[in-house]
Amino acid sequence: MKLPVKMTINGQTTSHEVEPRLLLVHYIRENVGLTGTHVGCDTSQCGACTILMNGQAVKACNLFAVQADGASIQTIEGLAKNGELHPIQQGFWEKHGLQCGFCTPGMIMAACQLLERYPTPTEEQIRHQLEGNLCRCTGYHNIVKAIQWAAETMAAKK
Amino acid sequence: MATVAEDRLFGKSIKRREDPRFITGRGQYVDDVKLPGMTYAAFVRSPHPHAVIKGIDASAARQVPGVIAVYTGEDVKVGGLPCGWMLPDIKVPPRPALASGKVRYVGEPVAIVVAESVYAAKDGAEAVRVDYQPLKATVNPKSAHDKGAPKLFDDIPDNQCFYWTIGDKAATEAAFKSAATVVRQPLVNQRLIPNAMEPRACVASFSPAMGDLTLWVTSQNPHVHRLLMAAFILGIPETKMRVIAPDVGGGFGSKIFVYNEEVVACWASKTLGRPVKWTAERRESFMNDAHGRDHVTEAEMAFDRDGKITGLRVKTHAALGAYLSTFAPLIPSFLYGPLLSGVYKIPVIFCEVWGMLTTTAPVDAYRGAGRPEATYLVERLMDRAADQLGVDPTELRRRNFIPKFTDGTPYQTPVAFAYDSGDYEPALRRALQMAGYDALRKEQELGRKQGRLIGIGVTTYIEACGPAPSAVAGSLGAGAGLWESGQVRVHPTGAVSVYTGSHSHGQGHETTFAQLVADELGIPMEQIDIVHGDTAQIPFGMGTYGSRSACVGGSAIFRSLEKVKEKGRKIAAHLLEAGEQDLVFEKGAWSVKGAPGKSKAWGEVALMAYLAHNIPQGMEPGLEATSFYDPTNFTFPFGAHVAVVEIDPDTGHVKILRYVAVDDVGRVINPMIVDGMVHGGIAQGVGQALWEHGIYGEDGQLVTGSMMDYALPKADQLPMYETDRTVTPSPVNPLGVKGAGETGTIASTPTIVNAVIDALSGQGVTHLDMPLTAEKVWKAAAASRK
Amino acid sequence: MYPAAFEYHAPASVREALGLLGQYKDDAKLLAGGHSLVPMMKLRLAQPKHLIDLKKIPGLSYIKEDGGAIAIGAMTTHWQVESSALLKQKCPVLSETAAVIGDPAVRNLGTIGGSLAHADPAADMPATIIAHGAEFVCEGPKGRRTVKVDDWFLGLMSTAVKEDELLVEVRVPLWAGKTGGAYLKFPHPASRFAVVGAAAVVTLDGAGKCTKAGVGITGAGIKAVRARDVEAGLVGKNLDQATIEAAAAKAAEGVDVQADLQGSVEYKSHLCRVFARRALEAAVKRARG
Repeated sequence: MKLPVKMTINGQTTSHEVEPRLLLVHYIRENVGLTGTHVGCDTSQCGACTILMNGQAVKACNLFAVQADGASIQTIEGLAKNGELHPIQQGFWEKHGLQCGFCTPGMIMAACQLLERYPTPTEEQIRHQLEGNLCRCTGYHNIVKAIQWAAETMAAKK
Repeated sequence: MATVAEDRLFGKSIKRREDPRFITGRGQYVDDVKLPGMTYAAFVRSPHPHAVIKGIDASAARQVPGVIAVYTGEDVKVGGLPCGWMLPDIKVPPRPALASGKVRYVGEPVAIVVAESVYAAKDGAEAVRVDYQPLKATVNPKSAHDKGAPKLFDDIPDNQCFYWTIGDKAATEAAFKSAATVVRQPLVNQRLIPNAMEPRACVASFSPAMGDLTLWVTSQNPHVHRLLMAAFILGIPETKMRVIAPDVGGGFGSKIFVYNEEVVACWASKTLGRPVKWTAERRESFMNDAHGRDHVTEAEMAFDRDGKITGLRVKTHAALGAYLSTFAPLIPSFLYGPLLSGVYKIPVIFCEVWGMLTTTAPVDAYRGAGRPEATYLVERLMDRAADQLGVDPTELRRRNFIPKFTDGTPYQTPVAFAYDSGDYEPALRRALQMAGYDALRKEQELGRKQGRLIGIGVTTYIEACGPAPSAVAGSLGAGAGLWESGQVRVHPTGAVSVYTGSHSHGQGHETTFAQLVADELGIPMEQIDIVHGDTAQIPFGMGTYGSRSACVGGSAIFRSLEKVKEKGRKIAAHLLEAGEQDLVFEKGAWSVKGAPGKSKAWGEVALMAYLAHNIPQGMEPGLEATSFYDPTNFTFPFGAHVAVVEIDPDTGHVKILRYVAVDDVGRVINPMIVDGMVHGGIAQGVGQALWEHGIYGEDGQLVTGSMMDYALPKADQLPMYETDRTVTPSPVNPLGVKGAGETGTIASTPTIVNAVIDALSGQGVTHLDMPLTAEKVWKAAAASRK
Repeated sequence: MYPAAFEYHAPASVREALGLLGQYKDDAKLLAGGHSLVPMMKLRLAQPKHLIDLKKIPGLSYIKEDGGAIAIGAMTTHWQVESSALLKQKCPVLSETAAVIGDPAVRNLGTIGGSLAHADPAADMPATIIAHGAEFVCEGPKGRRTVKVDDWFLGLMSTAVKEDELLVEVRVPLWAGKTGGAYLKFPHPASRFAVVGAAAVVTLDGAGKCTKAGVGITGAGIKAVRARDVEAGLVGKNLDQATIEAAAAKAAEGVDVQADLQGSVEYKSHLCRVFARRALEAAVKRARG
């Protein structure tokens, strides 16, 4: 039996009838058509599907769409405002924090949470907070640099 | 702001042009493709490592709501998956797209279910009943050779696909007879599972109206996919097949090959007249993506009284898996044996390899592909020898380096390769200087007195990449040429589209290649478009693997740039009424020497080429060129890596304190991108040294079949890397570049292992097989304590 | 990655949830943070016909001081535990333990009640809860009852919560006097679960003598356990290094150590001793201030 779900994604209201078993990540990708949120594993290890739900980073592959009924969701597509990149996006670009780009949306969304909680993070804090996001290309060096760049840029803007 | 060459862009860390789409979530990966009328596939996979299929009952599955069709190996009438590399006397077992009669590894596809949704397809797959009669498994390449081991194929005795040798057996034996010292070490180079972050995927769309087939697939080489699938498997003309590899989320070798799923999806789309999509679940990637490494080796190195190497003898059993993947035979043969000379003067080498079938996923190229296995062996032996001879490991390496050769005369090894150029000592010197080697040794000594286990590991390596002269490849068994195409189409405005047969799945071609073009034509990067990954747009190409994009693909583009410039010069000379020899091309314009103000800009010349109102008599209009660049040799990057580790004696946990990498990849187009590849390569090699291991139990089950069990490196396990370069341009290509994609992986594995063994050397430990898990390290340290 | 079909229920009260549980019994699974259950469903290793989502029940998420204990609602997330000012002040080991569970995204969804009711043998929180001598409040059709932690973990993924009950609250006694604690673990390199984890809470009197000690071990066996022999070696003694080491040497006793890819029985038993010692050293140092 399908159930109605309604949520706000990047400021836009979406509503659909869905099977309860539909994962939130599939809802976002297939029903809403926002394919920036990726699926990299099936055991909630890789973090490629990380989004913000009600302001908190969650793995969209580990939730059913029905659980997000009424929630406010932010995905990678909603991060840049008026064509201006978010400092974390900019940091990944400046510091070459990506290669194949597949883990990148999840990394960036995880970094949003990270910098909200630790605005001036140490290298160790950054690495610990990225425990749930795997990257196979960068060896993480430039991801750490990107987040450091973003932290400095965001601090300077305040 | 226009990115234009004030001087040259070659050598500048230009920010990547592909990044804006990735950082905003607008990359276009295969799973993002959505077509009208799409159907979704799920595969029924064998739960057994080895079994006879006695029957398949799909009746219940066909009743599952949403299921459109179920097909088994009996239904799918296509050719088997071919092997693209032949060795002498090789036995190639048939590899059906869906298992027929027997299954030979856990995860082998047995049936396909096509449905209206992927959820329904999975429901259907679960409802297919397969009756198996289980047989015994054999998972280890050495024991698969034993008499009495279960046989995978009736007509392949002892599970041996090939026996291959390189080098001079008699001379090597003589060297060992007269050796002052012989160092022996059995080694296991464990099985790895690649795990690119994007799981493999395909969308096959057959158009009943046009009779043509479009395949979007996660491929490192779409043309190779098209050739093999059209000509050998599906039996359709290549003209009727288009393969698109859009944004691809990492490959590391695993996306070179033609796999069952895309073949069956193509057939199903043709049969149903609807598009069919399949995306791997990660557990399917673990089971069915080609794995890497898996060697069991005995190695011996002979030395004279001065600590100079006099010979090397290697016996390796290499697992190939249950079937031969696309390039499987190449990896443990020609990409392995010829690397055994390393950066050392070794007079004689003899290497024997047994290519073995095992009831496991097929094994093929994985980042480094053969070269990491060879380098690990050589560099472990060097450290063992240093220990046995009582010499500092850096001193032993120095003593045996091939002396500098940079004048264009290659160095001929005893195992086929003629290195293009090399100057090995400066890289080592620089790495040791960056690491502060002498101070580190003192710190280590001091630490030991306080009970700390600090280890310093050094590797000096060589790597062969940028394959390869096609004629050489052909003589060694290649089923393809290994050149690359590069087409430059100049538009009437002077903007340029470049079509490359190389494929970027993270390497940054859209930036690096554009830097080359901007330099050569003097136009801004914004006017340059790099197109790759689509067989309908690009002349035939060979794709990206073996760190070949810059050396081979870049050189092909460079040749075409020379050709369009040559034609442009003729047009400019004509317009300027000057002799061609009197023109200089600078900053995007031809001007006449000694006549300032008399010039024609690139755009003006391009426009005239298409207007053709006033071009030299007899010249064809238009301005474009295609080149097929066939390299004259591999390129041979080299370098020295140093790692410092500390072991927690209580737990065996290894912490990496420092990692220094000095690489020589020749001239560097974009240092930022090259550094990034080095970083990622190091991490992957560290993963093999410390954590990663694709384990099949004796019962043939894949024990490490998820990211919960198979330990990929994470951010908090790795340090910042300290990198530098020496620059010895490669003489074999016009750019002077060498491959940079695999050096990190090749070097870091032995560097880390050498460091850990060095840390334990005080306890008398001389070797441990990878991965150096905490328990293994703790046990080794504890055993000696007793 | 694609769970089998089920019916979804989002009760608005504990009573309603209990009604659904009574109705569907074995066919139902309770969904809290979902970080254990949902992956199992995605791999189709779990295929419940009914899923009862507890997230929409108000009043199950709180951290408050209540009669000599800290009361934590079962649906309180690991992040809430990690970041709670109250816990950081009064029971910091809980926050520290929560901070090393899974990863940040897991901690944002995963709940303390879910973790303790699921009782994964390699979960972190059970060791800390044991060391603290916590209590569990379960609600069933006949009302609430309290279960002591020593009666909670029964076996592999099995706890004292009955089929018709919900775990609604965890009660952690407040620290008294000079008390210090720590949780330390050896993480699995891939999953980050505890290969072995040890929690210790010790209370010292004015003379520095140990008046109370709680030590919990997780990861090594089929369930988290109290290391009674370690505790016995501490109480009534001055906790000098020799005493700590002698006590910690018994950390694997009473643990049904299981060999797996991450370690043999020998290695994991050794890790029990190492991490018990380290947790005790840290706890004592903190207790002394």
